[in-house]
Amino acid sequence: MGTEHVDAQPYPVLPSRFDPRSEGFSKNRAAALEALAEIQAGLEKANAGGGPKYTERHLKRGKLLPRQRIEALLDRDSPFLEVGALAGHGMSGETTGCAVVGGVGRISGVECVLVASEATIKGGAITPMSMVKSARLAEIADQNRMVAVSCIESAGADLPNQDKIFVHGGAGFRDLTRRSEKRIPTVCLVFGSSTAGGAYLPGMSDYVVMVREQAQVYLAGPPLVKMATGEETDHESLGGAEMHASISGVSDYLAEDELDAIRIGREIVAHLDWRKHGQPLPRRIDAPKHDAEDLLGIASMDIRVPYDPREVIARIVDGSRFSEFKPQYGRTLVCGWAHLHGFPVGILANHGTLFSESANKGAQFIQLCNQQHIPLLFLQNTTGFMVGQKYEQEGIIKNGAKLINAVSNSTVPAITIMTGASYGAGNYAMMGRSYQPRFLFTWPNHRIAVMGGKQLAGVLDIIQRGAARKRGIEVDEQKLAVMKAMTEQAIEKQSHALYATARLWDDGIIDPRDTRTVIGLCLSAAYNAPVEGSTSWGVFRH
Amino acid sequence: MTTITKLLIANRGEIARRIARTCRSLGIEVVAVYSDADRDAPFVSEADEAVRIGPAPSSESYLRIDAIVDAAKRTGAQAIHPGYGFLAENAAFARAVTEAGLVFVGPSAECIDAMGSKKEAKARVQAAGVPVVPGYDGASQDPATLAEEAARIGFPVLLKASAGGGGKGMKRVDRAEDVPAAIESAKREAKNAFGDDTLLIEKYIDRPRHIEVQILGDSTGRVAHLFERECSIQRRHQKVLEEAPSPALDEAVRSEICEAALEVARAIGYVNAGTVEFIAGQPDAAGKLPFYFLEVNTRLQVEHPVTEEITGVDLVREQIRIAEGHPLSFDTPVRRGAAVEARLYAEDPDDGYLPQSGDLIRWVLSPSEGVRVDAGVESGSHVGIHYDPMLAKIIAFGADREEARRRLCSALRRLCAFGVRTNRAHLLRVLEHPSYIAGDLHTHFLTEHASTLVPAPPDLERALIAATLAGHERRAEIARGGPLPAVPSGFRNNAWARQEVRYAVGDEELVVRYAHQHRTPGHFRIEVDGTDHDAEVRSFDGDEIRFVVDGLTQRASVVVVGRTHHVLVGGEHSVLVEAPRYPSLEVETPAGACVAPMPGKVVTVDVEVGAEVTEGQRLVVMEAMKMEHTVLAPTAGTVQAVHVSVGDQVDAAQVLVVVE
Repeated sequence: MGTEHVDAQPYPVLPSRFDPRSEGFSKNRAAALEALAEIQAGLEKANAGGGPKYTERHLKRGKLLPRQRIEALLDRDSPFLEVGALAGHGMSGETTGCAVVGGVGRISGVECVLVASEATIKGGAITPMSMVKSARLAEIADQNRMVAVSCIESAGADLPNQDKIFVHGGAGFRDLTRRSEKRIPTVCLVFGSSTAGGAYLPGMSDYVVMVREQAQVYLAGPPLVKMATGEETDHESLGGAEMHASISGVSDYLAEDELDAIRIGREIVAHLDWRKHGQPLPRRIDAPKHDAEDLLGIASMDIRVPYDPREVIARIVDGSRFSEFKPQYGRTLVCGWAHLHGFPVGILANHGTLFSESANKGAQFIQLCNQQHIPLLFLQNTTGFMVGQKYEQEGIIKNGAKLINAVSNSTVPAITIMTGASYGAGNYAMMGRSYQPRFLFTWPNHRIAVMGGKQLAGVLDIIQRGAARKRGIEVDEQKLAVMKAMTEQAIEKQSHALYATARLWDDGIIDPRDTRTVIGLCLSAAYNAPVEGSTSWGVFRH
Repeated sequence: MTTITKLLIANRGEIARRIARTCRSLGIEVVAVYSDADRDAPFVSEADEAVRIGPAPSSESYLRIDAIVDAAKRTGAQAIHPGYGFLAENAAFARAVTEAGLVFVGPSAECIDAMGSKKEAKARVQAAGVPVVPGYDGASQDPATLAEEAARIGFPVLLKASAGGGGKGMKRVDRAEDVPAAIESAKREAKNAFGDDTLLIEKYIDRPRHIEVQILGDSTGRVAHLFERECSIQRRHQKVLEEAPSPALDEAVRSEICEAALEVARAIGYVNAGTVEFIAGQPDAAGKLPFYFLEVNTRLQVEHPVTEEITGVDLVREQIRIAEGHPLSFDTPVRRGAAVEARLYAEDPDDGYLPQSGDLIRWVLSPSEGVRVDAGVESGSHVGIHYDPMLAKIIAFGADREEARRRLCSALRRLCAFGVRTNRAHLLRVLEHPSYIAGDLHTHFLTEHASTLVPAPPDLERALIAATLAGHERRAEIARGGPLPAVPSGFRNNAWARQEVRYAVGDEELVVRYAHQHRTPGHFRIEVDGTDHDAEVRSFDGDEIRFVVDGLTQRASVVVVGRTHHVLVGGEHSVLVEAPRYPSLEVETPAGACVAPMPGKVVTVDVEVGAEVTEGQRLVVMEAMKMEHTVLAPTAGTVQAVHVSVGDQVDAAQVLVVVE
């Protein structure tokens, strides 16, 4: 399928040097499976919504669950890449998934961002984390120029937490209309309550569908109206679907029931005549020559044990073919070109600590990719930049800065996968969350922090002893030991993949075996927007 | 001696194609004639030339002698083959053809005339010493005489159209009080079918066998027989399964009956191909099979292929050669093996063999040893309401009856005929019935064994899995043309639920849930009605799917039209209607609505608005596929609306009358 570019030189096939019978391999695999089981338990919690009691009550009312609404919206057999499934997991005041389900899937052949509120959890009330998650999903729609379809049934702001939501929450409505201004439409399907501030969700959307005798959209409900003006009214005449469809015009379509609303939503997306703005050259897509199953054994569960990222590349790119750039130079950053599900990608993958050469190589590579509008794929696994007198004198700061400059000003879509360690400035220089990669997913062995727990405890030890010496007092060894242990423990906990994903530092933890598929879905989503490289950069200090 | 280089076939469907095949082998060009309904039929497109002879109704097309003779003249055809049915036994036609200076491939008009009148035929045959069934074939046709004669012969008796054949206009009467109604109905049908309402009465023979002998006569005066055929498996006096030789005959009776047939042929100086039909009773005390002459069919029979299969004689070739003036091409006919023919009808055996119409969306029968298919249809053919609902004949030949039977069963199991209900499963049931296997046949076989001939419901689970996997593959093919052709279908990074497909099967809703195992593409977990299976798709080419379910590899044909999945798997056809994903709120048929059972013409309307009716009262009589269908009141009540009047053409399921 597809036309190869006229006799294009094929990239070499990466060999695999990994021994699947080695002890490390089976140990990694066992640990990965264990971690995946823990993640699965978290996902099951998210999927259970508000638990059996509320789920049953919801279903008894003839309503669909948010995930059922999403499944019904999606084209049959469409992939669905869920984002932030474990957001809020283990956080106080939050639930796993934080009452919002969202991700990327196909509706009427169009890749869309789908969002659905989870009414079985406190009526779908918005918590601080649900606000963050909704904002992230909106950002995906915005950055990748994707149609958003939202399924609304929410009690609005979680009132006890209003102080954490009210002010920042306004951005959601602002972004809705800004996307509309950019001709990125939002289709809003109202299945239930969408009141007060929430009423502006349909209010600001391009298309609104309300379900008869279910949707309730008003600024103030009957009790509040009575309080304010003394008027006696009821839900239906105040903000029912029929009223909004026939009198106020807030609703564009009146749906007879939930599936009817979903059908109308799909019809709306169909009429958009959506065209992706980016278009890779058609080419044949070969599966990788090496088995993705091995990834579980390849990725070190102990982040101190490095592994060759080419083993990962060989298992995710088309035909395991990789054209490496500057292979002899800056060897701790592997750079090169490949295709992934037919999309061209420039890959940057850590193979240990970042040195000046690796940073310079990376910055150059990013510039080259931008010149040709080639998306970037970062495979992070680094403990950061090299420290020490020699390296400072070499100018590791200015060289690292070049890489951060390139990463920050690059405009081609970037996807980041955390395949192990993500420490210190290495996180930044390798397109960490703050650098706005289009998507960022992690592996179960992912660890993230400013520095490792042991290192931080060691630093603490040195500082405490130094301070004691200065004051001429004896170090309380017991107290110091406890302090160090606590610090180390806290860092360990905070750097865990589950801790990170709960806080939406990433878009989710994926099974390493699904990496190729996930990146493919991300790249395809990104190609909805024009893929154009940057022509200007910050000042590089040479 | 005439040389025919171009021949017009005054027929349609399978027999037109069958005749054309022989013509082609003889180097004769073929002219087809067709009605508007058959414009796109295979027999038309395959012909060298084709002439439109009128609109769909056969009275305005295939029965129009002038138009057909004109077509022959216009195209320069020297001869006309009438096939069977339509004008095949119409002496006026034979005469018109001859008078136009053309060759009629069949016996003379005089012969047709003589044999067409059953009375005359009987008289001539009786004179030649061939036994006939006791009966009345007098000229007096007044109902009183007919009733008297019926009583004289003794009930049960059979009323038959004197000019008829093929069972049309036949009525069995068991009691004297039923005679008047039966006469009226038989006369009407006879009039409709043959334009002549003359009836004759016959003694009704219990558990009779229908045995007929193929005869051929040439212009040198030689007559020969090509052995017998048994056609005892009939429904409504229409043959369904035919075979040669008859399992009922030993060599002595065989030569007796064939000799009797030759006697008949000689008595009438028969030229061309014909069939002498006999009715045989059950063996008498001495074990002797009694047989009586029934009639002579002065044409090629539908079931002629079984004779061709066991004798190796191409009957159409002989017919044409005889018409050209050649002598018969064989000396002493020899027979070998056995052949069985099944007539595949577009009909619903579960609903009184109600003829079915529609588009035959797929018609495939892969060739196999010993199996011959004479089909009038192909994939895409429309099966209309204007003509006989026979789609094809499937003929199997074998070293013996059992081998032929098995080959026929195998072919019927493999036959993929989607879009129109057929009697396929019913035929299989008959062919696999122990009494059929034992050769214990008689013309009431289907009625007698009705309860054991109902096909077992098909294995729905297999059909549902096949339809669902094929549906998945069909969508996957489309997705492969999309932006991410290689991403596994249905991928979820948080597997929450399976893909769901709902099907309506009869009144039941069945849910199939499947999950594509995206790390092993092509593998599925699939749940049907609560049971989970491992499945894998091995190949898919649009209509054919090969798949593995729990380790068993199988093959299915699946064709989808709209939401309807037609599935052939394991020799069973299933029709599964997929529930829409987003059911729309459609207006339902009003309660008390009486709908047309099939497309057709309204013959009578018995009620008016406001009339009080009782349950089961006749409301409307429709005519379709040359048969009458009565629409009865579903409940007692008042007629609220009458939507049709006499002469209206109505569609299937159209509301005719509303009773509340």
